[in-house]
Amino acid sequence: MSDARKAYVRPLDIKHGQVDMAHGAGGRAMAQLIEELFARYLGNEYLAQGDDGALLPHPGAGRLVMATDSHVVSPLFFPGGDIGCLSVHGTINDVAVMGAKPLYLSAGFIIEEGFKLADLARIVQSMAEAARAAGVPVVTGDTKVVERGKGDGVFITTTGIGVVAPGRELSGRGARPGDVILVSGTLGDHGMAIMAERESLGFESPIVSDTAALHGLIEAMRQSGADIHVLRDPTRGGLATTLNEIAGQSAVGMMLHEKALPISLAVNAACEFLGLDPLYVANEGKLVAICAEHDAEKLLQAMRAHPLGVAAAIIGTVHADEHHFVQMITGFGGKRIVDWLSGEQLPRIC
Amino acid sequence: MRYIDEFRDGELAKGLAEAIRREANPARNYHFMEFCGGHTHAISRYGVSDLLPANVRMIHGPGCPVCVLPIGRIDQAIRLALEAGVMLCTYGDCLRVPASEGLSLLKAKARGGDVQMVYSSADAVALAQKNPDRQVVFFAIGFETTTPPTAVAIKQAVALGLKNFSVLCCHVLTPSAIASILESPEVRQWGTVTLDAFIGPAHVSTIIGSRPYEFFAEEYRKPVVIAGFEPLDVMLAIRMLIRQVNEGRAEVENEFSRAVDRDGNKKAQQLVAEVFEMRKQFEWRGLHVLPYSALRIRSQFAEFDAERRFSVGYISVADHKACECGAILRGVKRPQDCKIFGSVCTPENPVGSCMVSSEGACAAHYTYGRYKDV
Repeated sequence: MSDARKAYVRPLDIKHGQVDMAHGAGGRAMAQLIEELFARYLGNEYLAQGDDGALLPHPGAGRLVMATDSHVVSPLFFPGGDIGCLSVHGTINDVAVMGAKPLYLSAGFIIEEGFKLADLARIVQSMAEAARAAGVPVVTGDTKVVERGKGDGVFITTTGIGVVAPGRELSGRGARPGDVILVSGTLGDHGMAIMAERESLGFESPIVSDTAALHGLIEAMRQSGADIHVLRDPTRGGLATTLNEIAGQSAVGMMLHEKALPISLAVNAACEFLGLDPLYVANEGKLVAICAEHDAEKLLQAMRAHPLGVAAAIIGTVHADEHHFVQMITGFGGKRIVDWLSGEQLPRIC
Repeated sequence: MRYIDEFRDGELAKGLAEAIRREANPARNYHFMEFCGGHTHAISRYGVSDLLPANVRMIHGPGCPVCVLPIGRIDQAIRLALEAGVMLCTYGDCLRVPASEGLSLLKAKARGGDVQMVYSSADAVALAQKNPDRQVVFFAIGFETTTPPTAVAIKQAVALGLKNFSVLCCHVLTPSAIASILESPEVRQWGTVTLDAFIGPAHVSTIIGSRPYEFFAEEYRKPVVIAGFEPLDVMLAIRMLIRQVNEGRAEVENEFSRAVDRDGNKKAQQLVAEVFEMRKQFEWRGLHVLPYSALRIRSQFAEFDAERRFSVGYISVADHKACECGAILRGVKRPQDCKIFGSVCTPENPVGSCMVSSEGACAAHYTYGRYKDV
């Protein structure tokens, strides 16, 4: 917006204001929202181009990875994060687990009429901080406003682009019999933090979301020289769903050891209380790695040396199985399937 | 976790498994029914069967409140949500139970019904307070464990003078279900189902105590051991039952003495008696119509009875023809004996109720144990 027009326009009242339909109508109010909020916090040389798309330098050698993810979360603010940083971390991680260096993000906002500008500002600031810390700028975006009652506060879709160095091969199809399965830390923290907040469960020990960008950890793992075959971030559906996906893609079976699974006492207790299984609870700052057996210990040490991998653990192995079952030796000494999640996990009656 | 991990100790389990092997007479078979879905869940989730000798067979009983809920009752709840336009609240497990015309409460929600999942009956009362312009109905199901909280909710609604809260009461009674199994022709006349003993319910017994099971031990000569839901509880109960069978005893023993005594929670019993009375008959899924097997709201609380307030009559609906839930609930068949198990009927697309609840025999076998079938 030009300086001349600015003089006639009352600035956004972020403290008391609310989003209204004009903020999504493509006119002055929308331009003002973009300039005074989105560009102010997310601003960088690419976003400043102000066009419908961003003109970006060519990443050079290698292949591109692009991933997109829509974020709908209730509540929007939760212990350890909010939808803003979550939408940055989630997409960076989707790009990074493909073995790519994440370069740029786009962000699409669908905002409900009446949403407080102060809350929107909090979310954008959190996104900005997450993007800055990760070194991955938001270079283009989109804003839509929907009528009151037709949204749930705010939905954010982010798309990420990254580049994979030549010769690096990571895919869910890469697990082979004999491989070893590792996770980077405790499981279920994000999902239980959300549930405790949403249902006002008020546990004695607060559970904090693990939302984080994992590309630094992945780079440290890569530098260890370990022969990594698969990387994946076990988000919705938790570890169990992710491993079932990989088992299917790679046409292998897996055997986990329950005693080796890192799960915090608070998450374990909360799951116990609600009758839920932490293996199916979402994570937003954890990854699963599958690597060649001879490199497992080396990879584990590299993960543990990084702040986001201090609680990393070897949790199981890959074997040949035409049924692609993920199974587990229970802490009790028996064996069971760790199946796909059907729908949502629902608390048991008694 | 204190008070939890101690009951899941793998080393203790090994020792107990060895003791069970030692004490089980190889010359005979033992058939024990775990009545409760909570036990079924524990057995499957922790792989308890792997630790038992081949001649000790566990039979999954009907003690899952979702599994014994007939289609007609879910239909009633759906009619309330879709036709009477109420805000229908219920526990999470109930939402996916298949009803008539391919519906479930979740699908009714997608069609515009106001269906809310709650964690407790108190949440339903709170929703009624928050929404004074809406009629809020709590779809109350479960055995004796969940009945006292429903009674509390009704008394709370009385105290608050709520005019927009009522309960669709489908609470059922454990002893009636056990009696119906023991009286079933498969057990009594034909002898096709051998039942040597029962593992008695954990949570239910915290309310009703161990006394109600004494009748079964004496009258039917069936040993009962009341056990907690942790895997070591279950194994200990199995050993206690083996001992009773070996010694020719038929008594009620209490493994779950940390929570259960002979008389139960008298305050809760009093509360339930104040608010509820026996129904003359009630249809159970798989067990047909059983006399004096369920509760309804007493007439002095009639205004909180959704069946009376909204005149939703009960219409019995037959189960899917190929579904064997009925036989599975009575121990006549195992989940893998059902023709549609794992093919037409899966947790994603459950045909029968035993596949819906995580405590159902079919869901437990599908989710945790089907590798044994291949």
